[in-house]
Amino acid sequence: MRDMLRMTVKPELKSRTHMSIPFDYLDRLEAEAIHILREVAGQFERPALLFSGGKDSIVLTRLAEKAFRPGRFPFPLVHVDTGHNFPEVLAYRDLLAAQLGEKLIVRKVEDTIKRQSLREPGGKFPSRNPLQTYTLLEVIEEFEFDACIGGARRDEEKARAKERIFSVRDEFGQWDPKRQRPELWNIYNGRIQKGENVRVFPISNWTELDVWRYIQRENIALPDIYFGHERTCVVLPSGQLLGLSEHLQLGAEDEIVTRQVRFRTVGDSTCTAAVESDARTVEDIIQDLLLAKVSERGATRLDDNISEAGMEDRKRNGYF
Amino acid sequence: MDLLRFITCGSVDDGKSTLIGRLLYDSESVSLDVLAALEKRQAAGGVVDLALLTDGLRAEREQGITIDVAYKYFTTPRRKFIITDAPGHVQYTRNMVTGASNADLAIVLVDARQGVIEQTRRHTLIAALLGIRHFVLAVNKMDLVDYDEAIFARIATDYAELTNHFNLPAATAIPLSALQGDNVVKPSQHLPWYTGPSLLAHLESVPGAVETAFAPRFQVQYVIRPQTPELPDYRGYAGQILSGEYRRGQRVRVLPSGLESEIEAIEVNQQQVEVARAPQPVVIRLRDDVDVSRGDALVPAGPEAPTLTRELEATLCWMSEQPLWPGRKLLVQHHSTLTKAAVSAILYKVNVHTFAKAAAEQAQLNDIVRIRLKTALPLALDLYQDNRATGSFILVDELTGDTLAAGLVEAANSDYFTVPVAPPVAFSI
Repeated sequence: MRDMLRMTVKPELKSRTHMSIPFDYLDRLEAEAIHILREVAGQFERPALLFSGGKDSIVLTRLAEKAFRPGRFPFPLVHVDTGHNFPEVLAYRDLLAAQLGEKLIVRKVEDTIKRQSLREPGGKFPSRNPLQTYTLLEVIEEFEFDACIGGARRDEEKARAKERIFSVRDEFGQWDPKRQRPELWNIYNGRIQKGENVRVFPISNWTELDVWRYIQRENIALPDIYFGHERTCVVLPSGQLLGLSEHLQLGAEDEIVTRQVRFRTVGDSTCTAAVESDARTVEDIIQDLLLAKVSERGATRLDDNISEAGMEDRKRNGYF
Repeated sequence: MDLLRFITCGSVDDGKSTLIGRLLYDSESVSLDVLAALEKRQAAGGVVDLALLTDGLRAEREQGITIDVAYKYFTTPRRKFIITDAPGHVQYTRNMVTGASNADLAIVLVDARQGVIEQTRRHTLIAALLGIRHFVLAVNKMDLVDYDEAIFARIATDYAELTNHFNLPAATAIPLSALQGDNVVKPSQHLPWYTGPSLLAHLESVPGAVETAFAPRFQVQYVIRPQTPELPDYRGYAGQILSGEYRRGQRVRVLPSGLESEIEAIEVNQQQVEVARAPQPVVIRLRDDVDVSRGDALVPAGPEAPTLTRELEATLCWMSEQPLWPGRKLLVQHHSTLTKAAVSAILYKVNVHTFAKAAAEQAQLNDIVRIRLKTALPLALDLYQDNRATGSFILVDELTGDTLAAGLVEAANSDYFTVPVAPPVAFSI
């Protein structure tokens, strides 16, 4: 796996004198995120870090190392597994958890569907993304998590732009934009009542470009699917490319092509489109981004395009 | 590349959302699919309404207003910008306070046809109260007054009178039209008499996020104790340096206990460093085995010490629908310290348009009041004007956990508890 070995190497001893006046903006974003993670550790009894294997949650694990080493993380990693995975991402997830030596909890949407007799989404591209919420709420209940840390960013989507860093949810996980607590200075209020929990977004103020620049600076290894590779895809009516998998219900009329692609986000493989790219390195990707004129979710998420309030509705229903 | 956080103050009618939309659009920070989504909602043949770039929630679109603080981001080759967009309605003083609490700069927007109005005063005074030192007076809708230099000059003079009167930092006045794109990102040929920078050029050149307080302040957020065979006795105090700098070997006092020790090591990402400064997150280890837990401050003894007190005076922005009465018990959160407190007196209410004081028996939602607060545990704090990080706190409802108020420390005396004066600490730089 790409660059995986580098992760086992201890960060080299380098002088921090470059940090004298003034701090780079990435240093400030990092400091803010570490501060938030430590507030979670200090304020909550049973926090968890939601880990999808995507780049944002990978960055969170790096930030957690900086916040808590040489101690253990004060929370387990929790993966809500849709079953519609990219195999590379699962392999990466297990390897990373092992290298970190941290506890990984996996709960499958598949099991929730059986337990709660949920109806599987049908159609050609049966995304389990909406069903993730059910499994997430189940795992919160099972372990009585009072805070769930996630890698969501405010630049991703308009509803996210208005959410707090400490976002209080009721026992159904619902977000009420009109009842949000004001968030002042860098004081984070994690007081909750029984049944409530808090979603915490330490990299709220980062953009996609910031995440990639941080990955570059920190030399963080990623699953291969983020880099340009050859993949057999189906061409969607919108022109977007979706990687072939056994979960898709394709017909004879569908156009199948093989292209050089990479993924900008990692989600349910049935609703996460690829973009054409031959970017081989993090640096190539940053160049791609500086030129790209299409936003991350717009390029790659089929589910947000369903209605303009797609994300707002899902968050109100307990989604991340 | 550095970072600048700014807040935009103004009402919907001033064209605030359009201005932000214009900044994003002309600096090429809006992606094609987002534009496409906007155009889809646009009546056929119309131009893209830039204001829609910031109006996020459905409730807001339906009512044509902004109900909550929103954050927007853009980057130029010079710096990264975080825009805090706070709604301007009278009832949303609390949002304005929230947005201003994290901002380095405020853009106060006025409509060229109306000039400085009551709302302009309120926005300016609140931003100044929260400690913002850089102001831009953006005179918008210049296209609707024929780009008249005299009108702009009159508004700039009116505003200078306001800032002089209240002894506030001087503002940079910039004429523009967000709708037409004049002088927001690109200079405008319609404003030949204006020789200053465009709004964006100005935002790129003002000082970015800088630490303005220098007294060393550090609060423990979390205690790291691996208790592994390799590190059986390791005890590290994790936290963020709130202001000033810390050095290995420095003597520090633990507050509120008053115990003293010396910094044995400062770790940043598991590397030992000689010196670290705000806002770096660090782990500090002490030479002596003294009792330290979350919320404790590690600070210098002597003249640079914060005030340790159980009684203080503060300016509050009351943010709850439930009015505040004297005697109310609640929680105070001072960074990572949480303790019970009681508002022992409401001294007066501040008029946010004039800064005039008036007697008040209670505080209502969005009121700014001066109060006296008693706390169960002593707090190690500074005046807000000296240190934004350690002079600020929030009040929290004990039952619901809701944030009730933002607090700015205005006066505090170490009358609770006198710590012995330690021998002077030598700071070698």
